[in-house]
Amino acid sequence: MFDLFKIAIRNLLRYRRRTLLTVSLVSIGVVSVLVFVSASGSFKNMMIGQITDSFLGHIQIHKKGYVASIDSLPLTLNLGSNTLEKVEKAINEIPDIEAYSKRIKFGGMFSNFVETTNVRLNGVYPEDEARTVPLLLSRVREGERTIRTGEILVPELLAKGMKVKVGDTVVVIATNRDGSVNGKQFQVGGILESATGPGGRDGYIHIDDAAEILRMDTTQISEIAIRLKDFDKLHEVFDRLKDKLSNEVNKQGGPAFEVHMWEKLSPFYNIARMIDIMTFFVKLMLIAIVLISIMNVMVMAVYERIREIGTIAAIGTLPGKILAMFLIEGFSLGFFGAVVGNVLGVATISILSMAKLTFNFGRQKGLLLSPGINIQDILLISIMVITISVLASLQPAYKASKMNPIDALRHV
Amino acid sequence: MNLITAHDLSKTYLKGETKVEALKGLNFEIEPASFVSFVGPSGSGKTTLLNLIGCLDKPTSGILRVDDTDVSGLDTRMAAAFRGKKIGFIFQDFNLIPVLTVYENVGYPLVLVQNTPSSERKQRILALLDAVGMAEQKDKYPDQISGGQKQRVAVARALVTKPKLVLADEPTANLDHKTAYMVINIMKKMKSELGTTFIFSTHDQKIVGEAEIIYTLEDGELAGREV
Repeated sequence: MFDLFKIAIRNLLRYRRRTLLTVSLVSIGVVSVLVFVSASGSFKNMMIGQITDSFLGHIQIHKKGYVASIDSLPLTLNLGSNTLEKVEKAINEIPDIEAYSKRIKFGGMFSNFVETTNVRLNGVYPEDEARTVPLLLSRVREGERTIRTGEILVPELLAKGMKVKVGDTVVVIATNRDGSVNGKQFQVGGILESATGPGGRDGYIHIDDAAEILRMDTTQISEIAIRLKDFDKLHEVFDRLKDKLSNEVNKQGGPAFEVHMWEKLSPFYNIARMIDIMTFFVKLMLIAIVLISIMNVMVMAVYERIREIGTIAAIGTLPGKILAMFLIEGFSLGFFGAVVGNVLGVATISILSMAKLTFNFGRQKGLLLSPGINIQDILLISIMVITISVLASLQPAYKASKMNPIDALRHV
Repeated sequence: MNLITAHDLSKTYLKGETKVEALKGLNFEIEPASFVSFVGPSGSGKTTLLNLIGCLDKPTSGILRVDDTDVSGLDTRMAAAFRGKKIGFIFQDFNLIPVLTVYENVGYPLVLVQNTPSSERKQRILALLDAVGMAEQKDKYPDQISGGQKQRVAVARALVTKPKLVLADEPTANLDHKTAYMVINIMKKMKSELGTTFIFSTHDQKIVGEAEIIYTLEDGELAGREV
């Protein structure tokens, strides 16, 4: 086998310029794919992190039917204390869950005593919320990064529109589940930066204040947001949680709860999917580049060496060895292209990472793009390039192995 | 026992729509360790006959036995294996592999055809290069040596697998007379030293005289045998 490699390398070096061009083409393809995969992957992961860590959490649990009518934030579909107990028991049985936060979500009127407008609010336990969505408090632009009773975190667009600032007194008025209206005065504790996606422009108050406005005698929770210790275990934990809660049925005999991963709750998932599709097509382009360039070179190599093939066949080289000889040439082209491409690709990614490029997404400005590539991606792309190189060499190599020695020796 | 036996050997092929009878019922026998030449004008069937003996082609009819094997029944793979084991080839255009050195060219059949262990390989290659007077050129590439030297390397390559038979189709056609004689004499020397049978085709009358047995082919038929 070593001798076959030696001969293959010598044959590739016979046409140095052509080999160099082919290896360069494959390398450029590999570099492009690596840079695209790392940049788009970085963007995707960062946006997922922003969304899940700012307000959404990794998984959410609601009473069955809540998500379908989430726009109206129905108080009639809140979880009561009995059902809440069952959900919390299920959550606590899964060690992969790092934290969870119970929320009362409701819509109300927001008044600065001059103007009134709509507002969507979350009543939360501040410590649980901060552990579940750790980026929430980092979105507080002005004021203290905390949620105290009697204080409200106002979304920045609302604050700007209503001309309220930290320390101002405002009133929140809401209708409880029985239809009666109640109001409560708050002091603006902070101005909250908007985040991309539904829920990214909600205000926050302490859960006790929410219960007071809505005149709740017993605990009623709209949703439970969950944060995992390891995001990569999302599907595994989701399945376990769903399984644990599947035994709970409502009065109609249907499932009592609904469990959703972040991707079902955020439209950004579609963008993430589009990034995946684009990555797939970029990889497809790499396959096309490798396939066409290697096949072209190998067809030429066989055509130029017909007499040589006739000679080695005549002196007794078995067809399988002739096939292997040309396959190894294709393999070597792909291998060197992949190695050079990987080295240049990793170097390019490092440079991009050091350049600290920033970008804007929605209302979020100056997000830092930190492209990185993992060893699995490098291996996957390398294996893909080498496999396609061998496949591209298959037809010319097969043709060479099946050549009639007499015809080949006569070839001029 | 004869090394080669041909009985009523014929080969017909189509050239466009025309049927060409290249060989017509040949009968001959060649003993081991012979130095045989097939002579005749262009188109007399010399190359076709060497192709049949070398298992590169199959006869249309008749029997052809080489080293007690009916070679007409061999499939492509078996024929290749048979050639690699029993037959050496010397070509008119030398046909050395340009990316390999003289040493590697001679060693090629041992490496890729016979899988000979490297220690034995080295010994055999160096001995043969020495025998054909090319030991000092062993690290040169084919484009760095002359035509005569190339053909000497080709002789060494043909003999390196210790074949029973070496076939040479017009081995001196691309060489001047002096070099041609030198190559033929090397072949004769190797035949004497190793007991290998050499069969070569030529239309060069001066070279023909060097053969021990001369078969004359005319229009695909054996026209004579001289000893």
